[in-house]
Amino acid sequence: MAEALVPNAPGAARVDGSRARGFRPPGWLHAVVVVAALVPFAWVCWAFYSDLVNNTRLLTSEPIKEAEHFTGKWALRFLLACLAVTPLVRVARIGWLVKYRRTFGLLAFFYAVVHLGIYFGLDIELMWSNLVEDVAERLYITLGMLGLLLMVPLAVTSTKGWIRRLGNRRWNALHRLVYVSAVLGCVHFYMAVKRDVTEPLVFFAILGTSLGLRWHWSRSRG
Amino acid sequence: MIIRSTPDHPIRSSEITPEGVYHDRRTFIKEAGFAGIGLAATLAGARRASAQQGGTSIGGAELKGELTPEEDVTSYNNFYEFGTGKDDPKPNAKNFRTKPWSVKVEGMVAKPATYNLEDFLKPHKVEDRIYRHRCVEAWSMVIPWMGFPMADLVKRVQPLGSAKYIQFTTALDPQQMPGVRFPVLDWPYVEGLRLDEAMHPLTMMVVGVYGKMLPNQNGAPLRHIVPWKYGFKSCKSIVSIKFTDQMPATAWSVATPDEYGFYANVNPTVDHPRWSQARERRIGELRRRETLMFNGYTQVASLYSGMDLRKNF
Repeated sequence: MAEALVPNAPGAARVDGSRARGFRPPGWLHAVVVVAALVPFAWVCWAFYSDLVNNTRLLTSEPIKEAEHFTGKWALRFLLACLAVTPLVRVARIGWLVKYRRTFGLLAFFYAVVHLGIYFGLDIELMWSNLVEDVAERLYITLGMLGLLLMVPLAVTSTKGWIRRLGNRRWNALHRLVYVSAVLGCVHFYMAVKRDVTEPLVFFAILGTSLGLRWHWSRSRG
Repeated sequence: MIIRSTPDHPIRSSEITPEGVYHDRRTFIKEAGFAGIGLAATLAGARRASAQQGGTSIGGAELKGELTPEEDVTSYNNFYEFGTGKDDPKPNAKNFRTKPWSVKVEGMVAKPATYNLEDFLKPHKVEDRIYRHRCVEAWSMVIPWMGFPMADLVKRVQPLGSAKYIQFTTALDPQQMPGVRFPVLDWPYVEGLRLDEAMHPLTMMVVGVYGKMLPNQNGAPLRHIVPWKYGFKSCKSIVSIKFTDQMPATAWSVATPDEYGFYANVNPTVDHPRWSQARERRIGELRRRETLMFNGYTQVASLYSGMDLRKNF
């Protein structure tokens, strides 16, 4: 769901055979990456169960809060990984990585949905009034929610069928929303933190690098 | 040994920790359990209201059955001098030296002095009290503290008539406190109370928890507790107690004045800008419960009569 599954997307790296170093990852690598990416999810489910049933405190003394933060951060990590693909392909010439852009984007969406589910289902206990109040009055929740909603059309149109239906140009334009989503996600995280903003700043640094390189390339290409 | 062994305690320390009691609570949670989360969540309307009319007694004996497990009390802490994560203070404060320790009593007081801790504590009789503890972050505990009324201390050091406030200061030692190497707050941590708040019989100086000396992560060797205020109002590892006529510039209200005020009374009707204070999650429980005005200690309401608590948050 990044800006381009299609090689000639504006701002995207040109991924032709000439630049690749000839390494072709084995076919099973993709499956391994996906399984590995779901390990944090499996872990948090197991830890939550263990905390509840056996008092293990793997997710601290506040497992709901911790699981909420944990999944939110993984959503952002995959979103940043998704945006890092293009610069990596271009700088390090690892063309085969392009294939993982969609995978990372969908994983980000998956973790973001789990994050929202924990917030709504467990943290505020399905209280619609609380949800409305949060979204209306608390800017960091407004922005986070917006960032997540923007990912929905991207996830939906992440298939080859949709690329064909929309056409490259329109599809690429739509999928530029991922930049907005990533910025909103990082701002959401920054604003949600009580005082120690070290971690959100690291996320911002990665996001900034990734967007900055794109900006630089788009200017220098002119 | 800082804390005297006191065989004349109204409650013996061995009785404070009724293993079975909190074990039962966990069992209840276990049964409500994993499969029940969805169900529990749909029952959002049927919330527990444990409001006790007229406030909680000073000793808090009626809270005995609700004690938060010692493991949570001593491992889930906000003590930013030892790191901003709630699981940071326990490992990071492990080697914090609390002996020798001295406490400075200064400012508008008849007997300003620097005491070593033993002398400071000697005149006071340590008693057990079980208090609800409500963090501004909307989680809460029920904690068996050991200490003595702050009023006893105030009377002993004799503040001048001009003194209106007490300012407390936490130790500041970059060698031993990894958290203060970052400007997360304007160190040292400063808190304060109005003199009448300090004199209220519920307000206490604390030297122990769960029948033991305070663990470092809980603010050893000396902290204070004001059970009707959010947790950040109580100062840990106190090195200075200053009587003043100026409202102290407290650490959090300096850091983010729109989010944290001087009073910080627990108040379900005044939200934190970033979250609701109407409900809280008691550690060890799955479901949120209603937050009580003044954390259930409604007997303090008269301290604030005529004040707009929305403005004086």
